[in-house]
Amino acid sequence: MRRWLPLLPALLITVGLFGGGLLLSVVQSLGYAPALGQTALNVDAYRALLADHTFWASLGLTAWVATISTALAAVFGTGLALLLHRAGRAAPGHAARLRFLAGLTLPIPHLVAAILTLLLLSQSGLLSRLTLAAGLTQGPQDFPALLYDPRGVGIILELVWKETPFIALNVLAVLSGLDPRLQDVARSLGAGRWSRFTGITLPLVRPALLSSGVLVFAYTLASFEVPALLGATSPTTLPVLAYRAFTDADLNARATAMALSVVIALLGGLLVWAYVRAQAAGRLR
Amino acid sequence: MTAPRRPTTLALGLGVSALLPLALLGTWSFAGRWFFPAPLPTEWSLRAWSAVLAPGAQVWTALWGSVWVATVAALLGTAIALPAARALGGWRGAGRGWVQAALLGPLVLPAFASVMGIQVVFIRLGLADTRVGVVIAHLIPVVPYAVVLLGGVFAGYDPRLEEVARTLGARPAQVWWRVTLPAILPGVLVTGLFAFLVSWSEYLLTLIVGGAQVLTLPLLLFSAVQGGDYAITAVVSLLYLAPTLLVFALVAPRVQGWRT
Repeated sequence: MRRWLPLLPALLITVGLFGGGLLLSVVQSLGYAPALGQTALNVDAYRALLADHTFWASLGLTAWVATISTALAAVFGTGLALLLHRAGRAAPGHAARLRFLAGLTLPIPHLVAAILTLLLLSQSGLLSRLTLAAGLTQGPQDFPALLYDPRGVGIILELVWKETPFIALNVLAVLSGLDPRLQDVARSLGAGRWSRFTGITLPLVRPALLSSGVLVFAYTLASFEVPALLGATSPTTLPVLAYRAFTDADLNARATAMALSVVIALLGGLLVWAYVRAQAAGRLR
Repeated sequence: MTAPRRPTTLALGLGVSALLPLALLGTWSFAGRWFFPAPLPTEWSLRAWSAVLAPGAQVWTALWGSVWVATVAALLGTAIALPAARALGGWRGAGRGWVQAALLGPLVLPAFASVMGIQVVFIRLGLADTRVGVVIAHLIPVVPYAVVLLGGVFAGYDPRLEEVARTLGARPAQVWWRVTLPAILPGVLVTGLFAFLVSWSEYLLTLIVGGAQVLTLPLLLFSAVQGGDYAITAVVSLLYLAPTLLVFALVAPRVQGWRT
């Protein structure tokens, strides 16, 4: 009992409040709404979602945006980590300053980053003005529509810009702890740059890459501000769809909102479960 | 031989990638007329700054709302996470994985899915549309985050110090104030600052629980950008960003694992 006492307040928040809230979402997604006089459980909301073309388009967009931004952030993050590592070793006095500069985008809230993307990349944004001044485009309509597009290019660009340093700094922490003699041995055995990377560096940073990648994927899956500001009205991502249903004047849309929330939580939960299972089985070491 | 040059190039690239967007916000905040296709404002003005900062303007309500919510959430969240992180760190044997999973779940699962579900209870308890309700919702992402950071703090802490103090006759309160707290204080302060920023950056939870009644800076910013006045948007963005960059400069050595 004494062991549980210090854990109690925190568990009250994470299990009681958060877990309890999720459970209430599940119950309400099953149509339980005593305020509306509905107490019988049903799966109508889910059945309606499965039959709804908007839901599938939204699910597809959400999965695409999360997958592609995580993959790009992982590739760029690893590359940036390697650059930072090499530069830090070449000039040890600068290592901390470089890390600071690389991390400078981390504290910028996604809402502000989305606004920056808007000011920079919209068809009347700064980049479009500069390409016009340089004679590369004739007007705003010539500039590629990166925002409000059905493939979520603007959303992806924002997420990659924000999440690349996060992955880079996680990978860099592992790189800094590696014994440089591993590389020397491989080089003396005749291994080229690429085979040293795939044979030594990548396997060693993989756990850090995967764990930060899972966090990025889970974040992007549930991100709201970015698709709300930079995405098309339709299709939009699941969290935006869920919020719209939640604030719908028709209270019967509540069950839909809850069902959408449950689907998003399930997607994130499945991913984490698969990751934890793979890790326990030793496949990620 | 390229060694001294490469870090400089990299530093320059990183600096530009982070600071160029901020320069863009700065430029927009002073733009009087900046229509397409002018690459720079054709007329400069303090209109947006004086409109946003005018006495009685909405930004003061939003600023106070943000400071209030984030401060209380950071203090409460850190205080709640502290004993948990300590207990988890000293936990040996079975069940540790489950407790850890239970404490860290909200880091990977969407907090808004839970808050949407619990809103009916908040309404019944009178917590909906109140700052207290918003703080409670913010604790969902703040507490697990603080548990992780404090876990790192306790990993580098030797509890035998307390035993020594006890053998020398110190009472529990004395042990806490004279031995434990001074040893972990830097880590606790950093955790508190991070916790502040987690709450400071939160938009959706505030919107769901606070309705339109609890105004914070991100809510004001969101409506500003949707209103399409980019000069005003830029000013509010800069005000909203300033403390986050300041805190980052303070805690940068512990930058790893940062989430917003």
